[in-house]
Amino acid sequence: METQTFTQTIFGRFIVTGKKATRDGFGTGLHALGSTHLDVVALCADLLGSLKMNDFVNEWPERFFQVGISEANMMGIAAGLATAGKIPYTGTFANFSTGRVYDQIRQSIAYSDKNVKICASHAGLTLGEDGATHQILEDIGLMKMLPGMTVINPCDANQTHAATVAIADHHGPVYLRFGRPNWPVFIPSDEPFVIGKALTIKRGEAVSIFATGHLVWQAMEAVKTLEAQGISCELINIHTIKPLDEAAIIESVSRTGCAVSCEEHNRLGGLGDSIAQTLARHLPSPQEYVAVDDTFGESGKPEELLVKYGLAPQDIVQAVHRAIKRKG
Amino acid sequence: MWLPFCLSGPTKIPTFGSQRETHPPMSQIAELQRTASQVRRDIVRMVSQAQSGHPGGSLGCADFLTALYFHTMDRKPGFAMEGKDEDMFFLSNGHISPVWYSVLAHSGYFPVSELGTFRQINSRLQGHPTTHEGLPGVRVASGSLGQGMSVAIGAALSKRIDGDDHMVYCLTGDGELQEGQVWEAALFAAHHQVDNLIVTVDRNGQQIDGSTDHVMSLGDLPAKWAAFGWDVLHMNGNDMADVVHVLDQAKTHAGKGKPVVILMKTEMGAGVDFMMGSHKWHGIAPNAEQTESALAQLTETLGDY
Repeated sequence: METQTFTQTIFGRFIVTGKKATRDGFGTGLHALGSTHLDVVALCADLLGSLKMNDFVNEWPERFFQVGISEANMMGIAAGLATAGKIPYTGTFANFSTGRVYDQIRQSIAYSDKNVKICASHAGLTLGEDGATHQILEDIGLMKMLPGMTVINPCDANQTHAATVAIADHHGPVYLRFGRPNWPVFIPSDEPFVIGKALTIKRGEAVSIFATGHLVWQAMEAVKTLEAQGISCELINIHTIKPLDEAAIIESVSRTGCAVSCEEHNRLGGLGDSIAQTLARHLPSPQEYVAVDDTFGESGKPEELLVKYGLAPQDIVQAVHRAIKRKG
Repeated sequence: MWLPFCLSGPTKIPTFGSQRETHPPMSQIAELQRTASQVRRDIVRMVSQAQSGHPGGSLGCADFLTALYFHTMDRKPGFAMEGKDEDMFFLSNGHISPVWYSVLAHSGYFPVSELGTFRQINSRLQGHPTTHEGLPGVRVASGSLGQGMSVAIGAALSKRIDGDDHMVYCLTGDGELQEGQVWEAALFAAHHQVDNLIVTVDRNGQQIDGSTDHVMSLGDLPAKWAAFGWDVLHMNGNDMADVVHVLDQAKTHAGKGKPVVILMKTEMGAGVDFMMGSHKWHGIAPNAEQTESALAQLTETLGDY
């Protein structure tokens, strides 16, 4: 209770209301779209339960297509559905939503400007026990390099729900990345989701922490420690990695003088690199990365993996100290 | 002038006279042949002018695409990406863009004069077809092979949801069948009974590195497609009367719970004697002398661009 009060003091309206997987937010978001957006259709490559798509499928079976274990075909069919005016949502694991079907996405969806929503669960290390074959850590980089592709990595179930709904009204291809484990829910359910608009979790003065996906919660834990140490932290949730809210990043770092990026992704090609490019072009500043250091993952429990691969709150605390020290 | 139904070559062309119940009027066939002759001239001139492109497969599919656009498809005036209440076509083997561009231009999607920009900088007529420059008539990019059938299936599913009884057509190469995605799509279409879809396979037996038998055998294609649950038809793709007849026949096979595939025998380079009977003209341009020789074999019927 004391912790909760302390958290509330620090993070204002962002207080933990429970635990849910981000993929649960996708499932409820998709289901909500069923009745409000009649052009929304769904496809799945034999992972209905994992993607939490059953509510949509049960209520609108004529708007759902099971494609079996054939992700390349799923991307092509989605492109065709979009050509004819539908808004297809594809569902499979992040690994099979990106690397496995990169050329299909590149040619039939991105280059062809198709209004396809690529919805990718089980991203990153927190997929856990299945191991590195399934723990893609390169997907943000792959997808953000495609011209015209919007890349979104929500941080909790509520934000994933809101993002799932919001992308239906955005014309163009979208990569929506979420995950497997139960995770703290702290974004208010009525918090508007604006594509490309950074969400400030907490204002501060000494450092700008930019976090995406599951790492937003890790960063909140780190900020509690840092604030107790007397370090005033600004924490900004970058849920949309592309288009990046460069204005918010520049504005924040212009006040704090240094940046720390946090993501469940390879250090190469992810959110950190996007921020670094922005700062290099507009406001050269010290920046530290909290990311996987160009390696593959392994089997284990999500919490164990986050510690082993340097994505724990303590790693963020240390990165903040390094960044502040470099301000000189 | 090359007479398409007198085609001779190393491979036996099957005849389907016995299957015919009605013959399209000969005047109509002759008109389509005249159009196809101009399309062939356009192909040779475009590839020659650009000094790059794929004349072989383009020439082989000239009769089919001419018949599809000028006889078979129910098309609306103008171009709407969504293709509602009209037939739609997807070209999967995008490298035969010259033949498609010519047919699209003569069908009124864009000025015929624009064919002269093929493969040049700032053109809407990219080396492989794309929507990116906004060329009317093109609904998806193709060129990286094996993807068009999946896209066509998506469009067909959309028509089913909308209660639109128009057809979706797709053309794919035969070498392209070596791509695994094609067979994923084949499984899907049969399983989901996508019976408003007519796929044509350009069975010219050639690919870049040689014959399909030499590079990667396709085996018994009629048996393969039948085993995948498709309704299999055969066509001599360089006999305009047969093309028209089998396309008419394919429509009557639609709506019966099975996707339809037409295995279309063509000759790569059909219409230009020195380009036929080999894979060598898959993707090279004729020089000035060869261009002259090719054009001498193809009657100008609708006026060169």
